[in-house]
Amino acid sequence: MSRAQPRRDALWMGAAIAVLLVALLSSRWWLGDTPGQMHFDARLAAPSLDHWLGTDALGRDLWARTLAGLSLSIGVGSLAALIGTFIALGMALLAMLGPRFDALVALVIDTLLSVPHLILLLLIAFALGGGTQAVIIAVAVTHWPRLARLLRAELLQLRHAPYIAMSRALGKSQCFVMVYHYLPQVLPQCVVGALLLFPHAILHEAALTFLGVGLDPSQPAIGLLLADAMRYLSSGVWWLGLFPGLGLLLVVLSLERLASHWRHAL
Amino acid sequence: MLNAYRLHHAFADQTAVLDNVSLSLEAGEWLGLSGHSGAGKSTLGQLLAGHLAPQAGTIEVDGEALPRSGLQPVQWLPQAPELSVNPRWRVKRILEEAWTPPAELREAFGIEPGWLNRYPGALSGGELQRVCVLRALAPGVRCLVADEISSMLDPLTQLALWQALREVVDERRLGVLVISHDAALLERLCPRQLTLSEGRLSPSVRHGAQSA
Repeated sequence: MSRAQPRRDALWMGAAIAVLLVALLSSRWWLGDTPGQMHFDARLAAPSLDHWLGTDALGRDLWARTLAGLSLSIGVGSLAALIGTFIALGMALLAMLGPRFDALVALVIDTLLSVPHLILLLLIAFALGGGTQAVIIAVAVTHWPRLARLLRAELLQLRHAPYIAMSRALGKSQCFVMVYHYLPQVLPQCVVGALLLFPHAILHEAALTFLGVGLDPSQPAIGLLLADAMRYLSSGVWWLGLFPGLGLLLVVLSLERLASHWRHAL
Repeated sequence: MLNAYRLHHAFADQTAVLDNVSLSLEAGEWLGLSGHSGAGKSTLGQLLAGHLAPQAGTIEVDGEALPRSGLQPVQWLPQAPELSVNPRWRVKRILEEAWTPPAELREAFGIEPGWLNRYPGALSGGELQRVCVLRALAPGVRCLVADEISSMLDPLTQLALWQALREVVDERRLGVLVISHDAALLERLCPRQLTLSEGRLSPSVRHGAQSA
């Protein structure tokens, strides 16, 4: 198989998932206020033609709430993944400034990796008072070290490459070397790293919201839908947990497959 | 022009590769350096070009220490050109990293216009070496350290490379330190030659004809 084939596959897959994500993200506009509308005559209704995925205890349509929840999760997850990737890239480049900077970056990475990140995530989100911003910051701050360690290792191999020394000897600045020699070398890893961070960030956003320190309870977040579903599981209301859970699983698995494809293609 | 005084350099296991080495290279001079493999010729070349910092001793060009940043007045040309170029850059970008060589100079070095759009992997070692030599001839460069640069070239290409280099070197009055195992090449190019052995330089004057 030619080298172009996996790239073409990855591109098609990326395009298909991008369309799905845009459709989900735009759902908050075309759904309007449907996710919040209550139908007291149809409380805890099972899936039917009127309500495809059923309704919750306040008679709110689960299809609309699941779409709105996924849209929210994707927004939060993509922002957190993007910020996390930028922090990782910045720290990896900082490590290239010299042995002292490298030691400092390695210390910060090792320290953060030595703390279970769910605990750190909870502490940061709690300290920032919860809400969308707190979740984005907490997920970004706790998820960059693994990617930074990978990028730093890639760049360390380059630091002693003769062509880097040549470039400096030819009068190029440290900044030039960073932007034109180091950065292009790790950009593919950054793209794959961001894609891998994305589903992880979505899962942790849902976990934080489920635990009560995440998104605002008035928002139809997937974590809140799952937390609500917990109360009705024993009474046979299976649809409340199943559909938002399946939606989350579908988005996370699609992104992971895409990241895996891109890792091979790049 | 290029003066190195009492250079000392040892590896991590304290084995001294250069011990109290001094040398001088005048403008327009071709100086030969030979020595067995592992004698420290490349280490000396890298020290002179500022790629390594000497553990003792000083290096000056025109009475001034090597600059900490900016274009280095001494350029090192290593044996393996494929390691001294960014593999993700096209040849044109590599060639013009420090300056834009005029078309006639590109022609003199046998660099064909068709190479410019290629990546380094698509050129042979000899072709890439010519690109690296021309790249290093940026205005402001005073000396070249040519470390076995023609060892992978066929005799005709070697001749063309050294002839093209000689023209530029003579015109700009650059100093050239030629590191090689090839006694005949050194004899042809360099009126003065040095041998590096057990960390020390021993001078020996040869009277070879200067015709590349």
